[in-house]
Amino acid sequence: MSETIVIAEIVKGAVHLTTSELITAAHALGSQPTVIVPCADASVADAAAQFSGAAKVIAAKSDVFSNYDAAGWASAIDAVAPAGIILTSASPQSKDLAARLAARRGISVVQDVVKIEGGNLTSPIYSGKAMQTVSLTGDAVVTVRPNVFDSSGSGGSGDVSVVDTTGNVATAVQEFMARASSRLDVAEANIIVSGGRGMGSPANFSHLEAIADTIGAAVGASRAAVDTWEDIPHSMQVGQTGKTVNPNLYIAVGISGAIQHLAGMRSSKYIVAINKDADAPIFQHADYGIVATWEEALPVLQSSLASMMA
Amino acid sequence: MANIIVLVKQVPDTNARIAVAGDRVDLSAVKKVMSPYDEFAVETALQHRDSSGGEVTAVTVGGAGADKVLKDAKAIGVDHIVRIDCDAELDSNALQTVLATAVSNLGADVVYCGKSAADTGAGSTGPGLAERLGWSSVSNTISVAFGDQLSVVMPASGGNARVSVPLPAVVSCDKGNIKVRKPNVKGIMQAKKAKVDVHNFDIPTSSISVVSHSMPPAKPAGKSYQGGAAAAEVAQLLRDEANVI
Ligand SMILES: Cc1cc2nc3c(=O)[nH]c(=O)nc-3n(C[C@H](O)[C@H](O)[C@H](O)COP(=O)(O)OP(=O)(O)OC[C@H]3O[C@@H](n4cnc5c(N)ncnc54)[C@H](O)[C@@H]3O)c2cc1C
Ligand SMILES: Nc1ncnc2c1ncn2[C@@H]1O[C@H](COP(=O)(O)O)[C@@H](O)[C@H]1O
Repeated sequence: MSETIVIAEIVKGAVHLTTSELITAAHALGSQPTVIVPCADASVADAAAQFSGAAKVIAAKSDVFSNYDAAGWASAIDAVAPAGIILTSASPQSKDLAARLAARRGISVVQDVVKIEGGNLTSPIYSGKAMQTVSLTGDAVVTVRPNVFDSSGSGGSGDVSVVDTTGNVATAVQEFMARASSRLDVAEANIIVSGGRGMGSPANFSHLEAIADTIGAAVGASRAAVDTWEDIPHSMQVGQTGKTVNPNLYIAVGISGAIQHLAGMRSSKYIVAINKDADAPIFQHADYGIVATWEEALPVLQSSLASMMA
Repeated sequence: MANIIVLVKQVPDTNARIAVAGDRVDLSAVKKVMSPYDEFAVETALQHRDSSGGEVTAVTVGGAGADKVLKDAKAIGVDHIVRIDCDAELDSNALQTVLATAVSNLGADVVYCGKSAADTGAGSTGPGLAERLGWSSVSNTISVAFGDQLSVVMPASGGNARVSVPLPAVVSCDKGNIKVRKPNVKGIMQAKKAKVDVHNFDIPTSSISVVSHSMPPAKPAGKSYQGGAAAAEVAQLLRDEANVI
């Protein structure tokens, strides 16, 4: 049995809850993982030590981790991580890191795992139109989709050992361009409210924004919306040529459910569809489908959610 | 003058239905195209050449059937087309090892590729290749400016970051705001006549083997409602049944 190593998922300088799902995934591979927390300040790792199920927690401390650079992160983590199967989140940044880390060790990487059974790993291929199950001979780096495995829970020992590490950073951030709104990006959100061409105009996206603000969600869009309206940026696009998202809840409004849109969101845990056409393909993928115009449905949804959150 | 390589992969048309026969996908009847993000990689490579001079070589790893994707790249304007002959499915380690050898042999200042291939969805090749070459890398770029170093824009937490990237580097390209050029008649004629430069390498064995392919698990039929008033009930269920609010 290989050792397993979990690289904690760091979001905005803090350990993200997904990390505990990675611990559960490591158990599914058969062992209690060593959790490595890449950080510039070792106290960041304390949060990871609260999760149960880890064999030990190591704060890998280096200035390299102040900004993301694939080469720097891979070398600094490689220096600290023992041999074994390494697990990271399947976020865009961690997938990139996983690939570099695997290459550095001359081993393979398996991306976007959604199931682990009997040592075999299953991931979506062809944008989720099929699944692929693989077996490993030897070590590998494995990225795990968020919101698939249960959390390992809290109750960890709280012990952290600190190891200094270092790596060579090649790239440099010259400028950071913050998003105009403080709203989450679809790639980071646990709930996404998306609008399509059926919204009629970009101004009508304000109704989606109001709901998003009520429940702490991100606002997404179909490609038709992005291509039709200049005010809807590509950064909001979900799908084959947009972002692949895996939230707990995806609310699709005025979106028909074309195969390329489904490619980006079909693995969401729960899907709500609001569409005036009862035959829209999106309804085949919805847990809750509402056949109605958005003009009719959104005010009701907004006020119900608002009173629930109050 | 820059020596530019762009990686292109042939994949099933993204509109195609994917069927599983037995325990493997059956692609025999499926139309094959250039992986969508590779179109942005090709365009970026051509813009780099237009700005700095030099030559663009498109490289694919695949069987003879993959020549078509190289010809497509040629029609759009790349200078040279190279196929590394290999019919087998490779894991990331084997693929990147072969590509690293090819890039070293051809020589390059920069390699552009797609952010992920439409079949694997992996996004492993760019960063993995860079690590093997000891180069810097950036992934999911939405714009690239050319100079002694590259200046790219890529998503970062809370917005976008402009990042300077020293050469040599591997850049994996997202869609961004660039418009890809279409082949013109002259390009298509040249592509017809162009010869694919075929290379043969030892292919390392893969340490990952495919056990099976399957269709995605069917979703149980959802609940369906008529009329906007039902949104109130759905909101309740999202909290009480699904536990997601
Ligand atoms: C290579 C390639 C890549 C692509 N990549 C992507 C991608 O990344 N993401 C993506 O989304 N698409 C992508 N597409 C495009 C995709 O095929 C569809 O064209 C697109 O998803 C359609 O967007 P839509 O559902 O908003 O628009 P439409 O298909 O026009 O659907 C609009 C829907 O709104 C409904 N509607 C209209 N009025 C109302 C109302 N008042 N209230 C409620 N509902 C209403 C209609 O019934 C309809 O179902 C890609 C296509 C190709 C070829
Ligand atoms: N067999 C291949 N031949 C050439 N380029 C490839 C091949 N596989 C992947 N690539 C390149 O690497 C990118 C990412 O692929 P992947 O890592 O499989 O998601 C693709 O968009 C291509 O640019």
